[in-house]
Amino acid sequence: MASLSRRHLLTASSALALFAQAGRPTLAAEAPKRGGTLSVILQPEPVTLTPAANTAQPTQVVAGNIFDGLVYYDSNLAPQPSLAERWEVAADGRSITFHLRPGVKWHDGQPFSAADVKWSLENVWKTINPRDKPLFENVTSVATPDDATVTLTLSAPSLPILSVLNGVGAPILPKHLYEGTDVLNNPLNNKPVGTGPFVFKEWKRGEYVLLERNPNYWDAGKPYIDKLIFRVIPDAGARAAAIEKGEIQYAPFNPVPFRDLERLAALPALKVETRGYEWLSSLFYLDFNVEAPYLKDVRVRQAIAHAIDRDALARVVWFGYAKPAISPIPSTVTTFFDPTVPVYAFDVKKAETLLDEAGFKRGADGARFAVTHDFLPYGDDFRRTGEFLKQSLKRVGIEVTLRAQDSAAFIKRVYGDRDFDISSSYNAAFPDPQIGVVREYWSGWLGTKTPWTNGSGYRSAAVDRLIQDAAIRPDQAARIADFKQFQQRVQRDLPTLPLLELKFSTVHAANLKGLAGQGDQVYASLKNVCFDDAAKVN
Amino acid sequence: MRRYLKRSMFQIVFVILGIAIINFFLLHLAPGDAAQVMAGEAGSATPEYMAALRRQFGLDQPLGMQFLHYMANVLTLNLGFSFRQGMPVAQLLLQRLPATLLLMTTAITFAATVGGTLGFLAARQAGRITDTIISAVALLFYATPVFWIGLVLMVVFSVLLDWLPVSGMASIEAGHTGLAYGADVARHLVLPAVTLGLFYLAIYTRLMRASMLDVYGQDFIRTARAKGVRPHRIAVRHVLRNALLPIVTTLGVQLGSVLGGAILVETVFAWPGLGRLAFEALFARDLNLLMGILLCSSIVVVVVNLLVDLAYTVLDPRIELS
Repeated sequence: MASLSRRHLLTASSALALFAQAGRPTLAAEAPKRGGTLSVILQPEPVTLTPAANTAQPTQVVAGNIFDGLVYYDSNLAPQPSLAERWEVAADGRSITFHLRPGVKWHDGQPFSAADVKWSLENVWKTINPRDKPLFENVTSVATPDDATVTLTLSAPSLPILSVLNGVGAPILPKHLYEGTDVLNNPLNNKPVGTGPFVFKEWKRGEYVLLERNPNYWDAGKPYIDKLIFRVIPDAGARAAAIEKGEIQYAPFNPVPFRDLERLAALPALKVETRGYEWLSSLFYLDFNVEAPYLKDVRVRQAIAHAIDRDALARVVWFGYAKPAISPIPSTVTTFFDPTVPVYAFDVKKAETLLDEAGFKRGADGARFAVTHDFLPYGDDFRRTGEFLKQSLKRVGIEVTLRAQDSAAFIKRVYGDRDFDISSSYNAAFPDPQIGVVREYWSGWLGTKTPWTNGSGYRSAAVDRLIQDAAIRPDQAARIADFKQFQQRVQRDLPTLPLLELKFSTVHAANLKGLAGQGDQVYASLKNVCFDDAAKVN
Repeated sequence: MRRYLKRSMFQIVFVILGIAIINFFLLHLAPGDAAQVMAGEAGSATPEYMAALRRQFGLDQPLGMQFLHYMANVLTLNLGFSFRQGMPVAQLLLQRLPATLLLMTTAITFAATVGGTLGFLAARQAGRITDTIISAVALLFYATPVFWIGLVLMVVFSVLLDWLPVSGMASIEAGHTGLAYGADVARHLVLPAVTLGLFYLAIYTRLMRASMLDVYGQDFIRTARAKGVRPHRIAVRHVLRNALLPIVTTLGVQLGSVLGGAILVETVFAWPGLGRLAFEALFARDLNLLMGILLCSSIVVVVVNLLVDLAYTVLDPRIELS
């Protein structure tokens, strides 16, 4: 019930804010302008436009505009009403009830109802969605007493559910179009029908995805923009040119290299925004292969942590669009973050001592031993981080060989063949560490060669137990306590070294307003967005 | 002639089958599979999810079965299905083909005419300042990376001068139809076609120059000069015609690579052609799509080769096919 009362409080405070604004005519005059076409960068081209079985970034960037979720997340990551007007969680956590907004229609005109939510939960969230599956596993039955009510019954509580209920986190698909079909191969996945503020119009492969304003949208008056064009521009230099020229007015997820970003940020017609990514809370880390000959010694792993100047890394390699990470749970996930975990301050001497203690003395040539580093093949920043690592470790006598490969080869090597020493990667923590963080440490899936799960090969019965306990506790305070213990433990064993909390950037036209209201904005719809001065659009 | 064609067709079938078989095994040597790439992009996966993807893509079948299935498809002229794109390969190819053909024919026509003319001029002025300038410029374009030329042209003509659009094939937001759409595509075509053309242009310039100088040194030219034929007439009627043969060969080679598109130019200018499709298919390990593109490209290459052979007989009656 705690979340219910907080929600009421928030509703009340926003109502107060509305009253306050209504009393001021100057603000009322700044009503959002209708109309215009918004061109958006979409990179890389998505595989599908439906986030049912595919949780890739470009899919979600588009789909967030087509599919409304039960809720959206505000800047504090608290759920706010969207398709669900309100919800209740039973005190024992074993039942969750959603009261749906009446009168909502699918883009094909059919009414949206509780049956759609039930069907999506049973056929998508609980089965084929790789992010939701572990969270909804405990849902034993879904009841729909009427068209506007959905009640989940759980065999054990699963509080993280409340953190993935937005349009892309728990996508609601139209039951009347999907029932009885093979969800993975349904052609509608590429021409989606949703309930959201924008209607799918056309996807021209290799060129663009076109969405148009939904005139029957439930949130009257919205969206303000008439057309959304998501353009596929594969080359970073061309993206920078298109943004600079104004052909593109909204470009999320680090659309250009940092060097170009600095240049674009200085232009008066453009703005750089780092808000709107809070729901993701991305953390960049190194995985140490704990079965590798040198790295199996915890002292070596700790020495490497001491050898890296993460402040300099954030400043030099990441141009300040990152800050040193403290714990595997990013500081932006305030409820669970534990700032008291062991930190490995930059200290070359300490690193050398630890390596000496571990028995790896410097040889005649000054080197102690050699390791390989496979950096994440998702862009130059990760390669340059690898070069930074190489230099840092050379100083303490560890030779690093960098290995480059494409993503298929990387995933096979690290998660399939486990033929590596140190790899780099980043994850999204989401508001609840159960969603994005624990997969990195849980040993349950070791040996299944599943990408992005436990790259280090770490096995700890204690950590496994903490993860499993936290998953099914009905009491948030107890879960927080579990996660604090979890953080202390994994930071001591250090199978994975949290390097940086990444600050993604969005470049957008300066006259584009309404982009900063939500914690999940980059994956949410652009329904609150408008051009300040419609004349400037074309 | 007829016997030659018959034998060629027979050979072509075997060459293409051989290429298909080699493609299959070569591509399967690449580490990782489509399911791993997709899970990689998703950033989250479960063992069940991986198994479902592999089942969907047919990757759970043993390699031998996959091969038999593929060969059955090839022999029935079926290019298969791209599970990643959720579309039949043939449909994907047909969607991308017009863009590629438009870009390549424009670029090659531009390069062959302008490059040929420049080469002609350079050969006539051999050793003089015009020749030096033309040769130096050709060398410069030949040596400069294509993507760099593309970016520079883009920055100058799109961003600074604002004459042409940055990238893509059409202004979607304008919603042009008919003639206006054609004009819009033409405006988008200028920069990629010129970028690609400048690279080819250098080849044609140098080839034409060398080829003409070669002919200039032959006896019949000396005879023509001795007869008192005017230099211009010698250049056009005697030298140029004989120097065209190597140009046709090169043209044939380049037409053969049309389907492969121009990966770099298509990427820089977001041109929705086949080269980009193949490139992305490779990184995504979308092997059905990649094998489809490669198979079609190999067919085009062998057919164009045959046509070039035939063209020789027309251009130079001394050549006989047997």
